[in-house]
Parts: sequence; structure tokens; C-alpha cells
Amino acid sequence: MGKTIAEKILSAKSGQDAKAGDIVIVDVDVIALQDGTGPLAIDQFAVLGATEVAKPKQTYLFIEHAAPSPRRELSNAHLLMRAFARKTGVNLSDVNGGVIHQRLVESAVKPGDVVVGADSHTCMSGGLGAFATGMGSTDVAIAMAAGKTWMRVPETFKIEITGRFPAGVYPKDLMLSIIGKIGADGATYKALEFTGDTIENMPLTDRLTLSNMAVESGAKAGIIAADKITAEYLREQGRPDDYIPLTADNDAGYEKIIKIDVGKLEPVIAAPHTVDNTKSIAEAAGIEINQVYIGSCTNGRLADLKVAAGVLKGKKIASSVRLIITPASRSVYLAALNAGIIGDLVEAGAMITGPGCGACVGVHGGILGDGEACLATTNRNFQGRMGNPKGFIYLGSPATAAATALNGKITDPREYIDK
Amino acid sequence: MKKFKGRAWKFGDDISTDHIAPGRLFHLRTNLPELAKHVLEDADPDFAKKMSVGDIVVGGRNFGLGSSREHAPQIIKIAGVSAILAKSFARIFYRNSINLGLPVLICDTDKIDDGDELEIDMNAGEINDLTKEIKITFQPLPPAMLTILSDGGIINHFKKNKGFKLT
Repeated sequence: MGKTIAEKILSAKSGQDAKAGDIVIVDVDVIALQDGTGPLAIDQFAVLGATEVAKPKQTYLFIEHAAPSPRRELSNAHLLMRAFARKTGVNLSDVNGGVIHQRLVESAVKPGDVVVGADSHTCMSGGLGAFATGMGSTDVAIAMAAGKTWMRVPETFKIEITGRFPAGVYPKDLMLSIIGKIGADGATYKALEFTGDTIENMPLTDRLTLSNMAVESGAKAGIIAADKITAEYLREQGRPDDYIPLTADNDAGYEKIIKIDVGKLEPVIAAPHTVDNTKSIAEAAGIEINQVYIGSCTNGRLADLKVAAGVLKGKKIASSVRLIITPASRSVYLAALNAGIIGDLVEAGAMITGPGCGACVGVHGGILGDGEACLATTNRNFQGRMGNPKGFIYLGSPATAAATALNGKITDPREYIDK
Repeated sequence: MKKFKGRAWKFGDDISTDHIAPGRLFHLRTNLPELAKHVLEDADPDFAKKMSVGDIVVGGRNFGLGSSREHAPQIIKIAGVSAILAKSFARIFYRNSINLGLPVLICDTDKIDDGDELEIDMNAGEINDLTKEIKITFQPLPPAMLTILSDGGIINHFKKNKGFKLT
């Protein structure tokens, strides 16, 4: 029997014929930490008795969850990270750089890599054809010290996507609908492999929205074959030589095959407090919203800001709503500025923050008040996620977010999208 | 490990790492004893005050979903919880807990009520609900996980073997 992409990568990196269910020790190509998990990993690295990082050039620290720091405790955590980077020679992306996963796909990850990160959405790099997975601080501390980690090779669900998205319906709607269908634990421990003609024609930025949210179904990885679109993206990033083609074998073994025709999809909302609590836009429309947040590793890229600006340009947001927009990275921010998108958004009433995780993680940048509701383009709507357990978070696409900002209530974006 | 007793504290399905170690307390992540005073606060605001060392957290489906923050199982352990029982666990939380030497056991938790006195027999693979006088078996841990747990966590395992010894 042939191999899935996960089995191919984990075979190559373990030097053995790895099949689903096997325990393997793999070489790690990219190791990443952020300011929520990095300080604990640095502590555990010391507890382990390690002093040198095995692969400093391939190890990255990101200051992005609390960037810039809103409190002195966090400022001190940042100091610890900067000092560790100086001492060990690892890479450090400071407060101006942006979200860990966005920065990794822009500048570090290659198809075929094994990526481990102390952040659950590390699976996003799977959109480039890598095996990327989130781990805890201690696992990543060991990976820093040894340049290796252990893994159980996961079984794979093949998610076969066909058809063309109707106007006003986006990969975010697709991913929310997949999670709604299989459940927040429907793919626990599995790898998702997204295939089909829709994926073959999908821009890389949209592929990343899918791979990013794989963990919201419990999956260990969300992987997409590396193809000409991947090659084109790496070329745009100035890394053409990092490309290698990588696909699953035709006779690979899948635990499950899920087929979806996007031609029949409608905008989808995930209602509080779990991502699998999905509603059709018709069911959710009209719910009053106090804050709209466009950003995050899921939907804070240039294409997302462009879609939002397309809905908002020349209009004004409702006076009852706050629209906060956080570009996922510095390069996204700069590209949006140069394209005039930031101007359109600000004209419409948006507040733009510096790049980073922003309001998504509940540390700063838009914490909800008691009883308030937010429509966010992020990946999680858990109780307390945006800093207040008495807040309510709805998830949707950037178009749905922009349309919602215009009306102060959840709005079907198709009213604002040219057919 | 072997046998230990504790009171059951019952929680529902989908207890996330945000319930356990909320983002609004992000600044306490470099002060785990302080963060542990807030453990599970967004699921039960008084849990940390009410519980005693040795007690057992009992969840439903998909316990620990969400963020990779290891601080979540860290503070459950620091608070003195001796084990977590659930119908299923989210992947990263499960591995993090074992890495810290905190037993996380998969079993049918519907039969257990809040306040029940439980005795866990790790070797027999059994939970004795002393209040209800029933025995509940838990799924055996996968061999790699059992090795790490028996070694007292992944750091001890790695130091002892000068690397991974899991196969």
C-alpha cells in the first residue's frame, strides 16, 4: 500500500518505513515558540540540563501574543526570551513581526519539513506540504535540545473538496462547516489531508485557513500537497529553492474519506462556545454584535483584508459596533498599506492595530465587556477566549465580519458581494 | 503510582484550556503557583478554594481542547489534583499531562457523580467508586505513554535514557 503525505514525511525524517500507528523518532526541521509558551519552554530546557540549542538557525521565538506588552510581567517574559535568543543564537521575531504561524510560512517552512511549535495552530504550516503540529512547552524544549521529537504516525482522513465557491462563500465557511459536521473531537489524533480540484486551484493563503483550523476538529495535522501553487508562493517569498513537490501515493490508505461540494455551501457561523456549534447564516443573521475583529493566523492575511475592504469601501460601519483589524504580520500590514486597503478600512471606521495575535487570545487589543458579543475571523470561540468569560464569540469569514460591522448585527455577506 | 484515593469533582464536556488557564491571566504564566490559585476558574470559579490535595477531576468528552498551553495541566498538577478522568481527551492536553507525570485516564465518567469518593488502582486499570460501590475500568495507556508516565514524565524519561526509549 502507498503512503499518505504524513507517512511519507515521517518516513523520510525517521529513516524508517513509517506507517500509521508506528512510534517514530523524527528529525525536526523547524522549531517554534511564542511568548505564551516560550518562557515555560526555556525553563524546561534548563530543567533538562540543556545549554545548547541543537539547531539554532531552525529555531524561532516569536513575541506576538502580547505584542507590545500590556503588563510588566509580560515585559519581563519578553526580556527572558530576548536573553535566551542572544545566548543560544536562535531567531527572534520581536513585537513588530506578527503571528508565529504566518511568519513561519512566510520565511521558514518548506514542503516535506517536520515542524513542531508550542502553539496549537502550528498545524497551519501543513498548508505548505509540511508535517506541522502543536505541542506543549516541554516537548518543544526537548526538540530544541535534541533536534528531534517522538511521534505516533497518525491515520489520515482524506477531505476531498470539489466545486466552485459561490460568491460570498469562502474557505473559512468550508472549514467551519467541516468542523460542524465531524465535531470538535471528530478527528482527534488524525491527520487531515485536503485534496480535490477545489484545493488544486485554491490560493495558498486560503489553503492556510483550512490547515490552520485542523486542530479545531482535534486533528494533529492539516496537510495539503505541495504543488505549483506552493512553488509560486515560495517564489513570491524569495525562497524558490525551498520548493519540492510532495503528494500522497495514489494507493495511500485513508481511515476515512469525506467528500464536500463547495458549490452548495452558504456562509457559516460558529456560535458560542465551541467551534462545532455551527449555524447557517440564515439562523445567525440579526444577532447583535458589539465588536468585529478581523485578524489572526486564520484570516488576517492580505487576501482577507482585501475581501473586507471590498465590502466596506465607501461605506461606514454602524455606530454601535467597534471594528478592530489586526494584520497577521508586518509584511501583510505593509502590503495592505501599499495597496491602499488600510486607507479604505480606516475610512469605513476600522481601527487598525500593529501585527500580532491581537484580540484573539484575550490578553489585550480588544477584550470583551460583560455580556458583549464579538464576530471574529479567528479560530476559537471558547468561553473566555477573548479575555472575558462573560463574553460571546461568533466565528465567520472576513466578508461576514465586514458585512456585520456595517449593520451591527450578524449579516449575510452575499448582500454586499458582486455575483 | 499504584493506588490512590480522592474526591471527584465533576465537569462537563469540552472543558477547554481557556477554562483551565484563561488568557486573561496570561501574565501569571511565569508564576505557576499563583496561576494555580485560578485553576479551572472559568468552569467553576471556586474550584481552587474548594478542592483538596489528592482530589480527582472528572470530565466528559474532549477534555482539554484548544490551546497547547502546558500551563493548563501544570496548574492542575500544582493544585494537587492526582488524576483526570474523562470520556476522551484532546490530543495536546493528553500528551502534555503524561509529559508532566499527571495520570489522564479514559473511562465512562457518566457513572461518577460530583463528590463521589474514588480509588484509582493504576495496576489493575480500575476505578473504584467507593460512594456507589461500583468498579469502572479505564482504557490501558498506550505503551509509549505508560513508559513516560512510569518514568515520572518526559524530562525524567529523556534524562534517564539520554534520549527517547519508547519503542
